[in-house]
Amino acid sequence: MADPFGLLAELTYRCPLSCAYCSNPLNMAEYTDELTTAEWQRVFTEARDLGVLQCHLSGGEPLLRRDLVALVASARDLGLYTNLVTSAVGLTRDKARQLRDAGLDHVQISIQADAPSLSDTIAGLPSFRRKVDAMRVVKELGWPLTVNVVLHRQNIDRIAEILDLAADVGADRVELANTQYYGWAWRNRDALLPSRAQLAAAEEVVRSARDRLAVIYVVPDYYSEYPKPCMGGWAARQLTVTPNGDVLPCPAAQSLPLPTASVRTDSLAHIWAASPVFTAYRGTDWMPDPCRGCDRREVDFGGCRCQAFQLTGDAARTDPVCHLSPDHAVVTDAVAAANSAVDLTLIPRPHR
Amino acid sequence: MSRPQLARHCRLSFDRTRQRPILLLPETVVVLNTTGAAILERCDGRHTVDEIVADLGEAYREVPGAEVQRFLDGMLDRRYVVMIDG
Repeated sequence: MADPFGLLAELTYRCPLSCAYCSNPLNMAEYTDELTTAEWQRVFTEARDLGVLQCHLSGGEPLLRRDLVALVASARDLGLYTNLVTSAVGLTRDKARQLRDAGLDHVQISIQADAPSLSDTIAGLPSFRRKVDAMRVVKELGWPLTVNVVLHRQNIDRIAEILDLAADVGADRVELANTQYYGWAWRNRDALLPSRAQLAAAEEVVRSARDRLAVIYVVPDYYSEYPKPCMGGWAARQLTVTPNGDVLPCPAAQSLPLPTASVRTDSLAHIWAASPVFTAYRGTDWMPDPCRGCDRREVDFGGCRCQAFQLTGDAARTDPVCHLSPDHAVVTDAVAAANSAVDLTLIPRPHR
Repeated sequence: MSRPQLARHCRLSFDRTRQRPILLLPETVVVLNTTGAAILERCDGRHTVDEIVADLGEAYREVPGAEVQRFLDGMLDRRYVVMIDG
């Protein structure tokens, strides 16, 4: 068992936006008893002692935590690389200055499209102009900025324009991440999954933009031959702490029928080493066929446990995205549906 | 003359758990060897590659210029280092 490198601190699931592709859990009401400032500070210390080097402050919208500046300062004082993952709603110039003074290393701002009408429709809130203003503030303060766009059927045709916008605000990096179908995105999958023609066009635009911008492109795994090496293997590199203190190997793992581990009852070190939610699929011993005998078992680690559970009801099966999976038809069916007529109606994520 | 500088989103640090120099980035950690860390420490936007090689030579005796250039090319490709002109 190696030591974890990263902590994803999901400070709150509250969010001013209501994006239908959100990967937050469907049962958000169970996460309203949020950790206190002191509890988060203890989590950061325990994480650092466990070997964690990076702290991603995410949510929901982390700016809704009134103690965000104090939390950044604590994480930074421990030597952690601090990354704020934000919608930028609430990132005023004054707040940005406070965060920079607290030592925040990096800011990632999401945007939903390249223009106000589509971006605001997807976000469910007039927010486009505020986001672009916040991006400019981040750059004015001399900070590194990553612009993040979650791609799906309803915005993927706008990548060229999105990249122009990112270049215009001076983004250092652009992350174009095809939707991962967990939480609310799973509920809206059929209206979000792009067509094969849309993907081919998008990938061409990305290829030609690579000389002028640092573009990170996260492929849509439904269209891949092999599954994604989810989290670099179960419980191998990162841990997630949810707003109420549950500890998970990845943010989607709350959906699995495994006993809960919480920082309110156990130390992070004990949870990482010994809790069933971390040990269940660590390594390769749990693997069924065809993963067990596959050359790629330590390349993609059997894919994603949460996706296997979602699509087959059994988290220990091969990720059905893999063309070798006996359940692969559930993925090819969804892909076939995405390449015919699609109902684009989306169910917005609630704010809390 | 262009001068290498560590990109803004990268931070050089030391991992006390693993006892190795590291480069911290938004989504990744690059574990470095001593030479790699020594090169990156000198990428401050004020010194040319030749000056860095010379400085490393004083500190470590034998550091081949071609090896430093190759390491920096890899860092430039990944945009962990940028070239400052002038």
